[in-house]
Amino acid sequence: MLALGVVASVIGTLLALAVDWFPEQASSQAKEIDDLYDLLLIASVPIFVLVQAVVLYCVWKFRQRPGDELKDGPPIHGNTRVEVVWTVLPALLLFGLCTYAYIVLEDIERKPSPNEMVVKVTGEQFTWTFEYPAGGQGKAVRSNQLYVPQGQPVEFQIRSKDVIHDFWVPQFRMKIDAVPGITTKYRVTPTRAGRYDVVCAELCGLGHATMRQTAHVLTRPRFDRWMADQKAAAARQS
Amino acid sequence: MVARFRAPGLQRGGLFVLLSIAFSYAIVVPVRALYGFDPVLDGDAVTIVALLAAPMFFFVGIGAFDYWFYWAAGRPTRPEDHSSHGAHSWRDYFRVNTDHKVIGIQYVVTSFFFLLVGGLLAMLVRAELAQPGMQFVDPDTYNGLFSVHASILIFLFIIPVFAGLANFVLPLMIGAPDMAFPRLNALSYWMLPVAGLMMLASFLAPGGSFATGWTAYAPLSTEAPLGQLFFTIGVQFAGASSVATALNFLVTIITMRAPGMSFWRMPLLVWANFSTSLLVVIATPFVAASQFFVLLDRALGFNFFQPANGGDVLMYQHVFWFYSHPAVYIMMLPGFGIISEVLSVKARKPIFGYRMMAFSLLAIVVLGFTVWAHHMFVSGMQNWVRIPMMVTTAIIAVPTGIKIFSWLATLWRGVLRLDTAMLFALGFLTMFVLGGISGVMLAIIPITIHVSDTYFIVAHIHYVLFGGSLFTIFAGVYYWFPKMTGRMYDETLGKVHFWMTFIGFNLTFGPMHLIGIQGMPRRVSDYAEQFAGWNLFISLASFMVGLSTLVFVYNMVSSWRGGPRAEANPWRALTLEWQVSSPPPIFNFDTVPTVVGGPYEYGVPGAVHGVFKAPGEARPAPAGGSVATTTRE
Repeated sequence: MLALGVVASVIGTLLALAVDWFPEQASSQAKEIDDLYDLLLIASVPIFVLVQAVVLYCVWKFRQRPGDELKDGPPIHGNTRVEVVWTVLPALLLFGLCTYAYIVLEDIERKPSPNEMVVKVTGEQFTWTFEYPAGGQGKAVRSNQLYVPQGQPVEFQIRSKDVIHDFWVPQFRMKIDAVPGITTKYRVTPTRAGRYDVVCAELCGLGHATMRQTAHVLTRPRFDRWMADQKAAAARQS
Repeated sequence: MVARFRAPGLQRGGLFVLLSIAFSYAIVVPVRALYGFDPVLDGDAVTIVALLAAPMFFFVGIGAFDYWFYWAAGRPTRPEDHSSHGAHSWRDYFRVNTDHKVIGIQYVVTSFFFLLVGGLLAMLVRAELAQPGMQFVDPDTYNGLFSVHASILIFLFIIPVFAGLANFVLPLMIGAPDMAFPRLNALSYWMLPVAGLMMLASFLAPGGSFATGWTAYAPLSTEAPLGQLFFTIGVQFAGASSVATALNFLVTIITMRAPGMSFWRMPLLVWANFSTSLLVVIATPFVAASQFFVLLDRALGFNFFQPANGGDVLMYQHVFWFYSHPAVYIMMLPGFGIISEVLSVKARKPIFGYRMMAFSLLAIVVLGFTVWAHHMFVSGMQNWVRIPMMVTTAIIAVPTGIKIFSWLATLWRGVLRLDTAMLFALGFLTMFVLGGISGVMLAIIPITIHVSDTYFIVAHIHYVLFGGSLFTIFAGVYYWFPKMTGRMYDETLGKVHFWMTFIGFNLTFGPMHLIGIQGMPRRVSDYAEQFAGWNLFISLASFMVGLSTLVFVYNMVSSWRGGPRAEANPWRALTLEWQVSSPPPIFNFDTVPTVVGGPYEYGVPGAVHGVFKAPGEARPAPAGGSVATTTRE
């Protein structure tokens, strides 16, 4: 019984880990979050399998058979030792998981090297606007597509013009609400060049489902070229 | 004819609703004229006043206040001889009745009506989501469908159906002749259909139904069309109904237990409703407040949630979740009680660790108030609040785990009778664990940052409220069906219902975990092409769940009409409700029972929970532990 349970737990955990859960990892935050998720699977799948196994075993072994209609089970009212074990062990496990989660949280939100780039994100019904502060000379650059350079730590500063939205790029793993009246922020370091969806994750009305734009993670030279083009275009306009 | 409209009842209720509309015009038009507003006759304003006034007028019209009004006016009250107790034809269920058994059935049948409505809305949602792009409805209607689906099923099904089952069973279980406040009980019931019809009527409002989710986050809700206020005001009546019922349960449980029924001899269903009622009484005023803020912002131009005028958007979420997280336990604890009853009786064993089961309920009540901000990990609130909320959220899994493990230990070495009620109880046990596990994952902040507002959340909430609450409700309905109706249900159809529900449920909500993590946000009428395959699969599976409900309804209706007569105690249970006839006599007990032992002494030779003798003659037996020597009645 015990051996069977252990085997089932191991198989269950391996199966759960084999599933391709996440979209691709496009930020340095993504790997840590995905690893944390794997750890949670390893901690929780055995508990799930254990409960299923006990229920199935009881159904198979202790079910009422013909002739048992008037029979009762043994009057077992409890067992202090067992009850202490299943109170204390889960508590320890949960404290452990919380501690690890805290460490991961500190990691993914830590301020990186001083050369952080700021992108101001503004949500409104039903579009996102991205603004790149000029930093001294020239005008700020605005775009309705997100462009960020690969390997460059970025801080998004997020605002909303009307109702609550939520700024999310699933491949970056990070998200936060755009709240009218306050500026919210998070950091990512994009690690993988490519195009990803920018998704609004908080119900914001009629066009919520279609409030999508594209995030372009470019290599450094291509990003610089894009930025120069934008600045030139902005200068021409003014 | 005139007499009909003078006597309390639905006709007079209808007449009073018409009066309330006249009243609303009479209030709005002069006030707007005095302020010089243009136009003087404003449909929105009249509707809002009518939404508040019509239910009040209706309660007066239907007769919920008659006794109190007679008393307050100094006129002779009709002596409460309980002659109106009991229901003699189906018509009796459509009038104000103070019998807790009639009210219990009114509650349960009304809630199941709303289950069918809410389920139908879910079918429409899944039909739209079967393919990417828009097929059947426009985005605004779609947002309305899932908003009304959630609101109806939370406020008009899960919460009241538990109150209904407990209304019928709980006074019987503790050996009481009725609830402590029968007239308040009747009023609590009549608020429900009013709240439910109001929410459904929002589909008729100009601009469509409320479409901001059941969470109605401001400022989206404060700027929404008129339909939003059908939710805002409907919730007030649903909430007032649960507060009144909870007070009623608390007083009933504390003061009306039969002699010998100490707290430690109460069945766990009573413990569960005691805990739930504490939660309701403390938490529900907060959701009322949050919706009053919205009402004032929307209707009278207040600035609670307008940052330009000093309002605070996040305040709405704090107040809302301070109720709505405990509400999850309001929707779960009574189910825990039902599972304890069913498992113990059907496994023929005492509940393992009875006292820890009761203490863990109380622990959940206390901890339930300390975790609300885990719904707000990505809301932009202060960062530091997240850490304590993560820890408390994780720790609440400990008392829940104690319950799960104790139920498993109750099964161990029992004699398991695998009928429909037991199958649903076991289905609950296996599925709720998954909801609990995804709940712990959602406590872990970095995971929540990625999966909040995705289908992972949709999967989690349905594993908790469908795999959890609804399975316990089905277990409870099958378990007490013989007691409530005096008939037996069809066991084969019951098992067909279980397996269709169990399989359909898992195929529907299991894959949602995956597509959520992969990046599909919730509350969207359209989605990226990559999720098309899974969504079609989920929609087909959900239609199987929909069909299973028809099996259930057919079984219930046909068995109630013509099922075989039920004996008093078909499950050989010890608790008091099974010691009287099925259905119970109009006044519950001819002799007041005396409780002489624990409620779950299965397997103890000669054990008995209550006896129908005078207290002096009844010999006491210890609750739990040692072997009792009293003889079976």
